[in-house]
Amino acid sequence: MKSKLVLFIVGFIVWSLLTWPLDFQHLIVGLAVAAFVAFITGDLFTPSLQAGTGFSRITRYLWLCYYVPMFLWECLKANIDVALRVLNPKLPINPGIVKVKTTLKSDTGLTFLANSITLTPGTLCVDIDAEKGILYIHWIDVKTQDADKATELIVKPFEKILKNIFE
Amino acid sequence: MSNLHHAAGIIFIVIGLGFDVFGCIGLLRLPDVYNRLQATTKCVTLGTCSILLGTFILKGLGTTGVKAILVAIFLLLTSPVAAHALARGAHKSGVKLWPKSVADKYEQDGN
Amino acid sequence: MKNLRWLMGFGILAASLVFIMLYPIPSLLSWQSGFLAHSFFILMLCFVMCLFRVMAGPTPADRAVAIDTLGILIVGFCAILSIPTGRDWYLDIAIAWALQSFIGALALAKYLEGRGFDE
Repeated sequence: MKSKLVLFIVGFIVWSLLTWPLDFQHLIVGLAVAAFVAFITGDLFTPSLQAGTGFSRITRYLWLCYYVPMFLWECLKANIDVALRVLNPKLPINPGIVKVKTTLKSDTGLTFLANSITLTPGTLCVDIDAEKGILYIHWIDVKTQDADKATELIVKPFEKILKNIFE
Repeated sequence: MSNLHHAAGIIFIVIGLGFDVFGCIGLLRLPDVYNRLQATTKCVTLGTCSILLGTFILKGLGTTGVKAILVAIFLLLTSPVAAHALARGAHKSGVKLWPKSVADKYEQDGN
Repeated sequence: MKNLRWLMGFGILAASLVFIMLYPIPSLLSWQSGFLAHSFFILMLCFVMCLFRVMAGPTPADRAVAIDTLGILIVGFCAILSIPTGRDWYLDIAIAWALQSFIGALALAKYLEGRGFDE
């Protein structure tokens, strides 16, 4: 029931943004459509919410507010890094696939960790082994091949924040 | 529309166009699939998001601007997922890494 | 046969380059010192680079990556088109294209992985 309610609220917000100048008729149709979609597919998309992890914990929203600007800043740094590498006539790359470990368990947390790793400087997530907690990462400039040191360099800055948000 | 809004929007669009061009140059210059995927998925995604942000600043809080912000959020969420799926598909289909690459732990683990 | 394919590819590339350089956009060139017209040319240069990678990519994975990139670039193209013309349904096209490009990339990745679509 709770996941259906969450999906209904998210769907209604997206609908009212799509038909932006807020109008009475659009809002009524949006209520009907969002209720229908939430009734049909409510149990499919948010299975992890039913485990009872509290929505009412305030600290996770504060951590989310800290995470978004940091993510955008890392993303900008990644873009400048790639642009400098591409424009350099000597093409200074040293690629390879390394293995890192993670302690996150939930599916949402792992997905967001992979997305963050993909959009930050020089790394691209290739595969996830969720049971063993291992990520395979393509690194454009390999500094170390050891799994623990690579974990320190790549995963640690995000893992602490994402653990507070999603678990 | 004031001059300052106009200038800020144009500056965002120019930055976005520059990152798009760098990403496409990377698509041409880099040696193998994974490096190309890195260049395009970073530069082109943030470049297009910057163009959409410039559209939002130029158009204000109307129909166009709100839709532009919606598309930008959608791109930031889905583009890394598509890159991840394409990289895994390329590795499973047997594309080798660049011969000068340092390590391939994924192949050593028998995947 | 292979030479014929290369010749066709180069023909398409040359035709698109000539089209980009010579095609006039009269109703847009008059808008605010023609800045956005030049930005169209820059984006079309990006399209040509992606098309070259689609044509010359040595493996199918390269072509899939180039097509995914092309989809994201077209979203930006629609956004720029909506500014001088003032029509907001270009952004609707951009939303639909972003969805279609994402689903297409996932389907191409499944195909490369060698599995069926129903898994």
